[in-house]
Amino acid sequence: MTSSTLPLNQPGGPRQQRKHTPKANLSNLYQRAFQESFRKLDPRVMIKNPVMFVVWVGTLITALLTLNPNLFGVVEGENSALFNGLITLILLFTLLFANFAEAVAEGRGKAQADALRSTKSDTVARRLQSDGSTEEVSSTSLRRGDRIKVIAGDMIPADGEVIDGVASVDESAITGESAPVLKEPGSDVASSVTGGTRIISDELILQVTSDPGKGFIDRMIALVEGAERTKTPNEIALTVLLAVLTLVFLIVVATLPPSASYVNSPVGITLLIALLVALIPTTIGGLLSAIGIAGMDRVAQFNVVATSGRAVEACGDINTLVLDKTGTITLGNRLAEEFIPVNGYSETDVATAALAASVFDTTPEGKSIVRLAEKLGATVSFDKSKAEGVEFSARTRMSGTDLPDGGEIRKGAVDAIRGFVRSRGGHAPAELDQAFERVSRLGGTPLAVCQNSDIYGVIYLKDIIKPGIKERFDQLRRMGVRTVMLTGDNRITASVIAAEAGVDDFIAEATPEDKIQVIQTEQAQGKLVAMTGDGTNDAPALAQANVGVAMNSGTQAAKEAANMVDLDSDPTKLIDLVTIGKQLLITRGALTTFSLANDIAKYFAIIPAMFAAAGIEALNVMGLSSPRTAVLSALIYNALIIPALIPLALKGIEFRPLTANQLLQRNILIYGLGGIIAPFIAIKVIDVGVSAVTNF
Amino acid sequence: MNLADSSCPKLLSSMLQGFFQVTLILAILAAVAPLLGRYMARVFLGEETWLDRVISPVERVVFAGSGVLNGRPMTGGQYVRALLVSNLVMLVLVFAIFMLQGALPFNPTGLTAPSWDLALHTAISFTTNTNQQHYSGETTFTYFSQVGALGFLMFTSAATGIAVAIAFIRGLTGRPLGNFYTDLILSITRILLPISVVGAIALLVAGVPETFAGPAQATTLEGATQFIARGPVAHFEIIKQLGENGGGFFGINSAHPFENPNNFTNLLETVIMLVIPAGLILTYGILAGNPKQGWLIFWMVFIIFAIFIAIAAVGEVQGNPLVNQVLGSPQPNLEGKEVRFGPVLTAVWAIATTGTMCGAINGLHDSLMPSGGFLTLANLFLQIVWGGQGTGTAYLFVFLILTVFLTGLMVGRTPEFLGRKIEKREIVLASAILLVHPIAILIPAAITLAFPETLSGISNPGFHGISQVVYEYASAAANNGSGFEGLGDATLWWNLSASFSLLAGRYVPIVALIFLADGMARKQPVPETAGTLRTDTTLFTGVTAGAILILGALTFLPVLVLGPVAEAFNLG
Repeated sequence: MTSSTLPLNQPGGPRQQRKHTPKANLSNLYQRAFQESFRKLDPRVMIKNPVMFVVWVGTLITALLTLNPNLFGVVEGENSALFNGLITLILLFTLLFANFAEAVAEGRGKAQADALRSTKSDTVARRLQSDGSTEEVSSTSLRRGDRIKVIAGDMIPADGEVIDGVASVDESAITGESAPVLKEPGSDVASSVTGGTRIISDELILQVTSDPGKGFIDRMIALVEGAERTKTPNEIALTVLLAVLTLVFLIVVATLPPSASYVNSPVGITLLIALLVALIPTTIGGLLSAIGIAGMDRVAQFNVVATSGRAVEACGDINTLVLDKTGTITLGNRLAEEFIPVNGYSETDVATAALAASVFDTTPEGKSIVRLAEKLGATVSFDKSKAEGVEFSARTRMSGTDLPDGGEIRKGAVDAIRGFVRSRGGHAPAELDQAFERVSRLGGTPLAVCQNSDIYGVIYLKDIIKPGIKERFDQLRRMGVRTVMLTGDNRITASVIAAEAGVDDFIAEATPEDKIQVIQTEQAQGKLVAMTGDGTNDAPALAQANVGVAMNSGTQAAKEAANMVDLDSDPTKLIDLVTIGKQLLITRGALTTFSLANDIAKYFAIIPAMFAAAGIEALNVMGLSSPRTAVLSALIYNALIIPALIPLALKGIEFRPLTANQLLQRNILIYGLGGIIAPFIAIKVIDVGVSAVTNF
Repeated sequence: MNLADSSCPKLLSSMLQGFFQVTLILAILAAVAPLLGRYMARVFLGEETWLDRVISPVERVVFAGSGVLNGRPMTGGQYVRALLVSNLVMLVLVFAIFMLQGALPFNPTGLTAPSWDLALHTAISFTTNTNQQHYSGETTFTYFSQVGALGFLMFTSAATGIAVAIAFIRGLTGRPLGNFYTDLILSITRILLPISVVGAIALLVAGVPETFAGPAQATTLEGATQFIARGPVAHFEIIKQLGENGGGFFGINSAHPFENPNNFTNLLETVIMLVIPAGLILTYGILAGNPKQGWLIFWMVFIIFAIFIAIAAVGEVQGNPLVNQVLGSPQPNLEGKEVRFGPVLTAVWAIATTGTMCGAINGLHDSLMPSGGFLTLANLFLQIVWGGQGTGTAYLFVFLILTVFLTGLMVGRTPEFLGRKIEKREIVLASAILLVHPIAILIPAAITLAFPETLSGISNPGFHGISQVVYEYASAAANNGSGFEGLGDATLWWNLSASFSLLAGRYVPIVALIFLADGMARKQPVPETAGTLRTDTTLFTGVTAGAILILGALTFLPVLVLGPVAEAFNLG
């Protein structure tokens, strides 16, 4: 792996410098987690985690046995209060460590939620009456559908849709991005505002889109705080299996005393509890929820809000990414590169026509046409105030200007212009096709320019493929994820860009309906599909997709239909989300494997110690110094491995874009084989320490 | 002759001889299993086989108008109901025959009804394909009971197992489960009967008796009169082996010279008990359209099997260190063995019979060295070193599913097997199977050991006694049926508690398996990509072997330590 591709593998790699989490106060995170870990000892909390609950009960029993070693009858030589006390202490620490892991994971979310909550205070809102006057009400009394007025300096009191006015809004409270955003009505991307952000210039009339307590920030707070955190299906299934394994070992241990007594090697309750705790999967049982919370947290640190842990997990399972070309694969804005004349016109003629067609066009593409035309010396030859702009629509696929003299200047997709010209009695020259092909083969977008029935030429809009995107698609392919590019471009352009960017498939001349159809076709084959969207007409597709990521700049409808919202409005993040989802699942799987593999060593430590009277010293392969130190060492290992793995559980296991088999091989070696070997060494080391300080 | 000098070459030559015997058996198995596997796949895919010409006309007459040969596919619930009801009917019928056997024909020795609990235990034991026997066949049951009742169950219980395996495989691969009755009949007419007919003739030729006449009378050298039990043995013997039944016509089972007279019959009977479980794994590969996976699992089990045989055989050949000390030279352990088979073939048989849940014995497991005792017990706990008739194959896949679930996350996707997601339902059902053994073995064993005076009837106290008791319940719960022997087990407590283990060990997993397969069949398959965990690789098969070790064996380690392991260390 070369160093240039390495950062791309990591979520957040290339964007690390642009990561802006809302300022969360993490200073007393560990202090709070420490307190929490005691509070969580409450049996009503413990019982939610069957594995740790068994440890909890065991701790209680050993505590009683510390007070009265002969509580459950006398077993020769095993009624030492000191020994029982030590076991109790270790078990208690096992519980505290597990609670601490969860508390730390939750704490990060809580801190973030606190930061968000600080943006949310009761403000005064100006509600518009039906007669146009305003009345001042508390923001909590606003209801969906109310109309309000906000002016510069106000905190926007609720989520809303701009219906009038143009203003800039500071959204740094939720996105961390300090540059203000322009808000105006009617535009898909710029017309929605979020409660808790601040308007810093001018004024807006808004229609409220959420009831109090159900706004975007409220949802975010609930999510990061984990209040709405429900276990994902995979977590539930794993919890079931861990509970069953615990039950199996409970039966194994509970049925031992008769056999042991039968061969005159009776064992005490404390030793039985020690064996039980060592065997049940406490490591993964203690870390499972922390792993899940941390996964959500990683998404949040990435400035994406996921509506559920399930959505994060689903990211790992994605088979197909449906990506919009613009903004995801190519840099957002296409720039005019060249004017290609036809019909005997000169370049300047085309530039002049293109300029005339674009004077009312405020899109970046339109502005770049104006810039290029002016650079070539073209000027506007008519009175702008008397002319009228014709807006682009998905149906006509062209825009332009109606001149004061009645002339109609249009620019747009080549076949759309061809149709326009034909309808005005003209016809397209053969050169037009050549120009169209030339531009398309360069991967550019050809726009034809015409006045009435006369075609002037073609504007070459150049698309720039994002640097590094091809490598990322290569990685996705190796991970078994297929990419489908959607673009409004013609087939030739689309195929050129698709080939250059290395996507697996593309849909040219796509409409919003195509998006939902692609998703449905893929899903019919059992695939999971992820997509991004921002417009209201993306909402059905966002809802249909297994993972739908809405841009924060998008409309409220899109945000509600999606199961994730990207606060940075960067569609390329979808690729990172796949990685984060996989990372979460890998972490869970690796720690489960590690936890179960540990059992072998623990058996070899405790069983020979337990049945020392049965003459099986040869099984003490680690050469532990005495039965008691063996049991203590195994349990100390069992307790310490939890905090030792907390950083890994929170950070997640490094993900490499490898095939499934390579990943399995790698992780089995580290966490499977490592899980078998590591505890043998660790328990031996601990035993050396324990026997040095005690005389058991 | 100097004993000490000749002992080493003797040991070596007996090892070498054993090595050839084992290799021959394994080679025959590896050659025959794929043939049978392919044949079974054809039968259950409804394809034409060369036996159709012979059997189809007979079937048409026997099952005329019943429609059972082309039954409609059943849902999980229907399948389970059909299976449980038919098994219950057979159980009741056979119990009635036992209780009335005194009044029924073919009773040359004038036997009367056994005790109700023995009759119940025996009926359950044979219905569940276990054939655990708390009695001596020749002195307890009439020819009618043996052939009419037990012989009947030997076919139906084996066929039930095959039907379950086929339904399970169909479900896993996304097909409808099929019809229980149709598969039951097909298993009998197309698989069990044809092989049995050929095999029984081979046994007859090799010297196994088949007669309804009473015991033979012989005058011994001392002039005393001896009654030598005999009967319709040959046909009983072959289905006993083929169907993993294991219930012998005679009390000492295949150690008896009329059941297993010579090395040829021993070879035939050993291979016959392995072929169906081994073949079914490959049948899976064909039905799943992935023969490679079938072969990988086959070799995984094959290797475990070979290792077990090697360890057990070496243990028997080296003999008992305490005895060897007395003798002053290493001698193989021949206690409880038939000299015509010797230590190696007895060890092979012991591993095969406990691995396949057959339960027939050609030597007493009670007398095996601790290593052999350990492995026979381990086989019963694992249930997959070939495994029981049909159910063993299904258990293998349950382990595959659990392995996928535990390690599959490590490739960064939620776990899926054969393109289908493993979710809570699958885990709950697989867990039920995981839980059956601890509940049905460890709990009754603990109760029995808690009251050693009143309940256990142990003949060898100490570590060996634990092995005896645990073995009995493990054999019942795994539907194996072999006994460690040396246990006074014809008591009310043993009959009833073992019956519980028999029923739990048989029907809980079967019901769970059918529902598991049914649920899998209904899932929308996910297409395979480079990101999908492939389960048909050597790597994954190795990981599965590890998971089987950890999940299957660690559960029983403490009890194994107190039994055979402690015994081994205490032998020195």
